[in-house]
Amino acid sequence: MTATSPGAAGGVALPRLPDHQLTPLAEAYARANAAKRRSTLLLIVAIIIASLVAGGVAEVDLARLFANIDRFTNYIVRLFYLESGAPVWTDPAEWFWGWKKWLALLGDTLLIAYLGTLLGTIAAFFLCFLASVNLNSNAWTRGLIRRLLEFCRTVPELVFALIFVVAFGLGPLPGVLALAIHTTGALGKLFAEVVENIDMKPVEGVTATGATWWQTVHLAVVPQVLANFASYGLLRFEINVRGASVMGFVGAGGIGQDLIESIRKFYYSDVSAVLLLIIATVMIIDVATERMRHHFIGQGVRP
Amino acid sequence: MSERRQLVLPADPAILAGQAGLLRAQALSRLKMALLVGVLIALAVFAFWRLDVSFWRIVKGFGDLGKFVVLMIPPNAGSWANALVYLHSLAETVAIAFLGTMLAALFAFPLGLLAARNVVPVRIFQFMTRRSLDTVRGIDTLIWALIWVNVVGLGPFLAIMTSDIGTLGKLFSEAIEASDRKPVEGVTAAGGSRVHQVRFGLLPQVMPVMLSQVLYFFESNTRSATIIGIVGAGGIGLHLVEQIRTFEWDRVAFLILLILAAVAAIDWLSAHLRHAIIGKSSVAV
Repeated sequence: MTATSPGAAGGVALPRLPDHQLTPLAEAYARANAAKRRSTLLLIVAIIIASLVAGGVAEVDLARLFANIDRFTNYIVRLFYLESGAPVWTDPAEWFWGWKKWLALLGDTLLIAYLGTLLGTIAAFFLCFLASVNLNSNAWTRGLIRRLLEFCRTVPELVFALIFVVAFGLGPLPGVLALAIHTTGALGKLFAEVVENIDMKPVEGVTATGATWWQTVHLAVVPQVLANFASYGLLRFEINVRGASVMGFVGAGGIGQDLIESIRKFYYSDVSAVLLLIIATVMIIDVATERMRHHFIGQGVRP
Repeated sequence: MSERRQLVLPADPAILAGQAGLLRAQALSRLKMALLVGVLIALAVFAFWRLDVSFWRIVKGFGDLGKFVVLMIPPNAGSWANALVYLHSLAETVAIAFLGTMLAALFAFPLGLLAARNVVPVRIFQFMTRRSLDTVRGIDTLIWALIWVNVVGLGPFLAIMTSDIGTLGKLFSEAIEASDRKPVEGVTAAGGSRVHQVRFGLLPQVMPVMLSQVLYFFESNTRSATIIGIVGAGGIGLHLVEQIRTFEWDRVAFLILLILAAVAAIDWLSAHLRHAIIGKSSVAV
């Protein structure tokens, strides 16, 4: 509004700085802008060079990619046609012909995720207090536990599963153990962070009564952190459901075994049916755990 | 004793009722807790039964595992030539993670804009973009790898790209929606077009956030890229599977250590870069 005030036309309302003041300012602005542009350009060039190098190292065959890329889209489309050539939605009974078997396998997958999460959460619960600087002043044991947790979460769970399949034999057990170990590492770290952020006053109070270390943890720490722990545990369950769905790829149980077979043998409509079941399950679990998490966190906030 | 008794407050019915209420509430919450624990245990017992986990198998398995761990020490690549091959495939894995993340970011950027409520105000359009991103995200990287390898013959970085488009697209759109509206209004007031609003009002705000998210994904993708080889795509995972299947435990240990070292190095690097980026943005603001 001020810009269109009557005086603006005559240049009275918006006075210009005299040139000897304006020029250095304008130049400084241009310089700052140019410097910013240069650094952006430099970043882009660096990324392009790095991509080219990476493409060379990873032996990316662009010609083959462009020659075959249409196969990918064809494949995705083909997933929604039955053997007979009819689109899947014309005959849902034929599309989901194996629903009994698949639902049972999905149930197993959920149980694998559940057991893995439960065992991992229990282990993480007992380790996290020792990994927290405010409850364990011994740098040695603290460092040791922290390195152990780091190891557990850095080695991918499928690597653990591969090794466990050799040791325990095919089936859900190696999957459960692999998920449990990974969960211990991931949750142990998060739990320890929660414990390090607690209010220390209750701890001081309980310690002053002459309580032992375990009594202190039980009465002063656990009530403060339990809601957060439950929330993190549920989040991990969500992640582990996804993880458990591919455990079958290495023979560690669940629906992954059926999925990898359907993909390898090009049973198109089976692939889409199983994938849809997995996606639906994951979404339902996501929504359900989110509700429960809000419930827990709500409880934790309430005094 | 008599002095002590005098310290006791006269029984006020209101206080007594309050105490009783408190005790009841405590008993109720204990009961709820016990019920929850009971359900958790029952479900665990059912899972053990249903998944056919027997005690003896666990004992025997841990025995075998112990033997493997003994055989893993000391980690050994077998020969210098082998070590070189492993190092090369490790570089390949990092390259796969890098390419996958970069391409995913490239595709996720426009999708994130389209899925953001404050850029495209068309509700149904936004709903569609979001749901398709969710679907892509719901399928594990490993499944994408399997499909890409089986169908196109080129797999690993495309698999990482596909599943990350879903996640990054969602994160980008959330970052854009959480941005401050005032700079956009400022650009609008100065007569900027829709494109100007996005370029000068939105992007400077969200760019550092996005860059830091991309870096974080590069970090986590290095981890996923190591296992993609398990389904037959390239990289260090392929060697890992081979050595596990042929019981060359000292080589397995060597490969795992190599992966851990690479992941630690990239964590360190990306943490420094992230700090640099976030630091720069806070100076600019």
